[in-house]
Amino acid sequence: MSPASRAVLDLGSLGLDRGGDVLLRRALAALPANHEVEVRGSSPDLALHLGALCRAGGHALCEGASGLVVRRGTATDARWAGATRAGRADARVSGAVDEHPSARWGVAARGALVEAGAPAFDFTLSDKDEVWADEAAGLYAQAAAVQWDPATAIAWGTPFELSDELEDAIVQIMTYLIENETAALQVPARFLGRIHPHFREVMQLLAIQAADEARHIEVFTRRALLRRSQLGLSSAGGQASLLTLFEEPDFALASFLLSVLGEGTFLSLLWFLHEHAPDPITKDVVRLAAQDEARHVSFGLAHLGRHLARDPSLYRRLALAVERRHDALRDTAGLNGEVWDALVVVAAGSLLPADVERGHGAVVALSQQMSDKRARRLERLGFAAAEARALSDLHTRNFM
Amino acid sequence: MNTLLLGAVAYDPKVVTIWDGFRSYFAKHGLDLDYVLFSNYERQVLAHLAGHVHVAWSSPLAWLQVERAAAVRGRTARAIAMRDTDRDLTSVIVAQRSVATLGELKGKRVAVGAADSPQATMIPLEHLAANGLVAGRDFEVVYHDVLVGKHGDHIGGERDAAKALASGAVDAACLLDGNHLAFSRDGTLAAGKTHVVAQTARYDHCNFTVLDDAPPQLVARFESLLSAMRYDDAEVRPLMDLEGLKAWAPGRTSGYATLAASCERFGSLKPLLDQAARELPVRA
Ligand SMILES: [Fe+2]
Ligand SMILES: [Fe+2]
Repeated sequence: MSPASRAVLDLGSLGLDRGGDVLLRRALAALPANHEVEVRGSSPDLALHLGALCRAGGHALCEGASGLVVRRGTATDARWAGATRAGRADARVSGAVDEHPSARWGVAARGALVEAGAPAFDFTLSDKDEVWADEAAGLYAQAAAVQWDPATAIAWGTPFELSDELEDAIVQIMTYLIENETAALQVPARFLGRIHPHFREVMQLLAIQAADEARHIEVFTRRALLRRSQLGLSSAGGQASLLTLFEEPDFALASFLLSVLGEGTFLSLLWFLHEHAPDPITKDVVRLAAQDEARHVSFGLAHLGRHLARDPSLYRRLALAVERRHDALRDTAGLNGEVWDALVVVAAGSLLPADVERGHGAVVALSQQMSDKRARRLERLGFAAAEARALSDLHTRNFM
Repeated sequence: MNTLLLGAVAYDPKVVTIWDGFRSYFAKHGLDLDYVLFSNYERQVLAHLAGHVHVAWSSPLAWLQVERAAAVRGRTARAIAMRDTDRDLTSVIVAQRSVATLGELKGKRVAVGAADSPQATMIPLEHLAANGLVAGRDFEVVYHDVLVGKHGDHIGGERDAAKALASGAVDAACLLDGNHLAFSRDGTLAAGKTHVVAQTARYDHCNFTVLDDAPPQLVARFESLLSAMRYDDAEVRPLMDLEGLKAWAPGRTSGYATLAASCERFGSLKPLLDQAARELPVRA
C-alpha cells in the first residue's frame, strides 16, 4: 500500500494507556483487513504500547523510516463473522420477534448482533406461541404510566369513625387479600425467570405486574394495621387453593388459572369492596388495586387468546386444568368462613338483622356476578357457552 | 500408543478449561490427545525427559531447561509451535521520575517478579547486566515471588512489583511491555509518576516442545490441527481467547538468546540440570 493512500491517526500527546487505544481501534475498524494506518503522537510510551497492543490484537506493527505503521489483522472480522442479529428491537417491525429465539442469544438485547459461540442459556419458555401477546408493549406502557406511590396516593391520615365490628371485618378481609396478592406476585415471578428475554415486552410486563402486587400487599397491610396491632385469620383451605397455583408447572395453565379465572374474579371482589367500603382508606386501596388488576387480566386473556388460536389443543388442556384443580380442592373448605362473614358484615354496614340480610344478599349476588363474568371471559377465549358456564362453576370457592 | 500425551503447567484454574476444550477439539478431528498437568515446570521437564509425556507446553525457561538437559543426554528437542502472541515480546524497566537514566539505578532498589520469571526478572536483569549493572552487586533486587515454579506465568508477581514502584518502596520495576500498558491503563501505575528508562530487545515466549522420541505421526497430526485452528470458529475462539492467541504460529527458537545469556550469567539452569542428573542418570 502506498504511503499516499495510508490512513493517519494523530494522537497528539494522548497515550494508548489513557484512551488512545480507543481511537486506535476505531481507526483500524474503519479499514479493510491488511490495510495500514500510520500512528503519530508524542506520548513517550507510544511505540512500546503500540507493540503490545498489536501483538495482542493480531495486527502487524512496522517500525521504520515512515514512522509507526499498523497493518490491520483479521481477528476482529473473524470474531464477528458468524454473528447473528437477534431479531429487531421494535416489536412492530415484521419478523422482529423470533418464533423460537436461540438459547445462545441469552440475555442479549433483542436486535443486538450476537457473537457466535456465546453460551446457551436455559430459558425454558422460549416459544413465542407460549408467551407472546402483541398487547404486552401497550399494557407495559400503561402500567409504567400509572404507577402510584402508596405513601401519597392514599390519604392515610383522613379521619373516619368505624365500629369495632366493621374494623374487625376489614382487617379480616385485608388479611385474606394479602395472602392472595402474595400468590399473585410469586406465581408469575417464578415464570418470569424462565421466559426468554427475547420476549422483552412480556418480561417487562410481568416485572411491573410483580411490582403492582408488591404495592397491593403494602397498602392492604397498612390498612389492616391502621387501627389494629394484629392481622386476622389465614385458613388451611384458602392456602390449599393457592398452593395449587404454585404447583402448576405449565405457564399457559398457571396463567389461565391465576390471571383469567383468579384475578378476573378478584376484579369483581375489589369493586364490590369499593362499593361497600365503610371508610375512605379502604375505598382508595381497593380502587387502586382493582385498576392494576384489570391490566393483569387483560394480559392473561391476550396471550392465551393468541396461544389458543395457534394451538387449539390448548382448549382441552385448560379445561382439564380447571377440573384437576377442582378435584384437588374437593375436600378442602374453600373460602375462609371468616372472610365470607366479614364480606357480609361490610356489605351490611352494621349487625342489625335487617342490614345483615341485605349484606348477605349482596354477597350472594357478588358470587353470582363473579361466576357470570368468569363465564364471559371464557367465552371471549373461545369456549362454547355451556362449557364456559361449567368451567366457571368449577372455579375455586376461594375466588383466586 | 494412539494417544498423544501433552504436559502443561497449572498456573491457573483456567488451564483445565483450556485443555479440556482443546482435547475435545482434537478428538472431534480424530486425534486422541490427553493432558497431564504439573504444578511446576521443573517437574514437567523431568517427566518429559523420562518419556511420560510426548509434547510439553514450555515456558521460555522450560524450553532452555529441556533443550539443555536433552543435549547432555545426546538427544534433541524441537519447538514445533507457538502462539502468535509468543513472538517479539519486550520487557521494560520503569523507574521513578527521580531516576533519569538506567545508569542512575546504581545503588538503588529494583523490583522484579518471581525469580524464575523470564519476562519480569531474568531478561530484564540480563539487560541491566549487559549495561554494566549487575544484580546484587550494583543494585538491590526485590523479588516478588508469587508461585515460583510457574516461570512467571502468574501475573501476580509483576503486579506486586508495579505496586511496590507505585508506593515508592522501590526505585524501579521490571515488567512485560503488555503489563506496563495494562497497569498504566488500570491505574496501578499513576499517570506521569514513573517512566520507562529501558526496553529490552525482542524475545519469544512459550512453545510446544517435543523430544526426538515423540511419535512422529501423532505429532504431525497435532501440528496440522493446531495450525488449522481458526479464530472465526466459534467453538474454539473462547479457548483461543483464554489462551491469549489469534492464531498458532510455527515454532522458532531464535528468540531465546537473551534468556540463554541470562541463564549463563546467573547459572539459572544448574539446579534443573543437577536434579535431572540425580533423577535421570545418563547411562554410559
Ligand atoms: Fe393484586
Ligand atoms: Fe394481579
